[in-house]
Amino acid sequence: MATLASSHTDTADSAQARAGRRFPAALIAYLQAAPLALILCSFLLLPILMIGTVSFWDYDFAAMYPDFVTFNYTETLGSWVTWKTYLNTLKFAFLVWGITLFIGFWVAYFLAFHVRSSAMQMVLFLVCTVPFLTSNIIRMISWIPVLGRNGLINSALLNAGVVSEPVEWLLYSDFAVVLAMVHLYTLFMVTPIFNTLMRIDKTLIEAARDAGASSWQTLLNVVLPLAKPGMAIGTIFVVTLVMADFSTVQVMSGGQSASVALMMKNQMSLLQYPAAAANAVILLALVLLMVAGILRIVDIRKEL
Amino acid sequence: MQREARSREFYALTIFFALFVVFLYGPLSAILILSFQGPNGGLTFPLNGVSFRWFANLLETQAVGDFGGSFRRSLALGLMVTTTTVVVSLLAGLAFRRRFVGATALFYLAVASLVVPSIIISLGIGVVFQQMGLQPAWYSSALGAHLTWTLPFGVLIMFAVFNRFSPAYEEAARDLGASSWQTFRHVLLPIIAPSLIGVGLFGFTLSYDEFARTLLAAGTYNTLPLEIYAMTTNVTTPVLYALGTVTTAFSFLVILATLLLILRLNRRRLKG
Repeated sequence: MATLASSHTDTADSAQARAGRRFPAALIAYLQAAPLALILCSFLLLPILMIGTVSFWDYDFAAMYPDFVTFNYTETLGSWVTWKTYLNTLKFAFLVWGITLFIGFWVAYFLAFHVRSSAMQMVLFLVCTVPFLTSNIIRMISWIPVLGRNGLINSALLNAGVVSEPVEWLLYSDFAVVLAMVHLYTLFMVTPIFNTLMRIDKTLIEAARDAGASSWQTLLNVVLPLAKPGMAIGTIFVVTLVMADFSTVQVMSGGQSASVALMMKNQMSLLQYPAAAANAVILLALVLLMVAGILRIVDIRKEL
Repeated sequence: MQREARSREFYALTIFFALFVVFLYGPLSAILILSFQGPNGGLTFPLNGVSFRWFANLLETQAVGDFGGSFRRSLALGLMVTTTTVVVSLLAGLAFRRRFVGATALFYLAVASLVVPSIIISLGIGVVFQQMGLQPAWYSSALGAHLTWTLPFGVLIMFAVFNRFSPAYEEAARDLGASSWQTFRHVLLPIIAPSLIGVGLFGFTLSYDEFARTLLAAGTYNTLPLEIYAMTTNVTTPVLYALGTVTTAFSFLVILATLLLILRLNRRRLKG
């Protein structure tokens, strides 16, 4: 026992001596992590704490006054408009989530299991990724000439004689909002699902087939359960992006629909920062609750 | 995978995928075509002739917007964000290879940065700067706001890279007598270089197109996306599309150049 203990300290000593020539190993890790910690603390934690504080402040048209009042919350939560706006935002989140999950899964499944060469896989994946790296606003407004009153779809429908008057609900409607969000955010679903599908051991699929499963049964009982972590991560991305969205709702609904973030933005442009802050706290709590719920299903660190 | 004849499922999914690609690129091409709209043409089809009028319009001084200035600011900001993201993510990735107190907390802070609604970060940074008596500007507050969006991506990518990274290479280098700096410079860095370039590409494109976080944090001078966002409400000529075509073409160029660079690095590594 004694020798074991001493040999243990020996190796520990020599390891420390080697590493400790300049810095002890632990210190290096702290130095390496410091810039990230510093940036996140000053531009993420501090602003959020500040919002929490300001949400209890008093304000008028010109300035904010440090105080401890709760009417920013009671006004927000007591208003019928707020509840309607939250419901509307949740409706968008649910619709966009359902559609992106459906599209995202089949696109990822096609790429992972039906494209045979890995070079082709990479190329097709990049084809999906590139639009995501371009401007969101441009991609949003690019729907206007397609969906508008004199847009491509309406002219095609008119020429084909399907309708006698332009369809009005294509643009500046909830339909347009959901369509644009699906367009903007589907990639956030494709990538994590593709990532998990690529890690499925192909022998599992063969085993299922050898055991007599049809391709549909394999998909349902083997692939789908194993794809769940990717779906969960994609869900986190899509839900948080939709919950935070104000620009798509503003541009694509033409001001006819509302979201929580858009409500916040309007309060901000009226310099009602404490009211916006109270809204921010409620929205943040809601989003973090949703994410925490999803994280119970999946351990992100294992999925990377 | 399976080498037998393609199934019906394959053809169905191929059509689905093709439709998805059309869905992704179709509207963008509408903008591309309409930016060549004739002088009397409007915001929708049909084309009333073909001209470069709206591109020329971009170069003139505008009633609304200052494209040259905002483009230069966005470019400079993008480069600052890229450099910071690459360096900080690499360092954090190295740190996460060891165990240290607070590692889990820091990791989840980075994840939180990804899920916190962008407008909340914008509001928070705006209020912090106001209360500290600082003037928000694109090179200070907006830089910080962008980093809260690009760093989590960078850190997660580095985390994934180091998860798959075998320490055997470094051990071999150390056994051969390399110092820790030499090991880092000549063994680790060349292996992860393509991933680092990928992190840089993410950093640049995410920053170059970001506007929700910049909204309250940009200060007096707008970045390009803010300029475009303002234009969507008050510009009714195809000059908006011309600007869209130009910035999208720029994004494509950056992406293409980066991919070629990664490809070249990989090829060189395979040769060597």
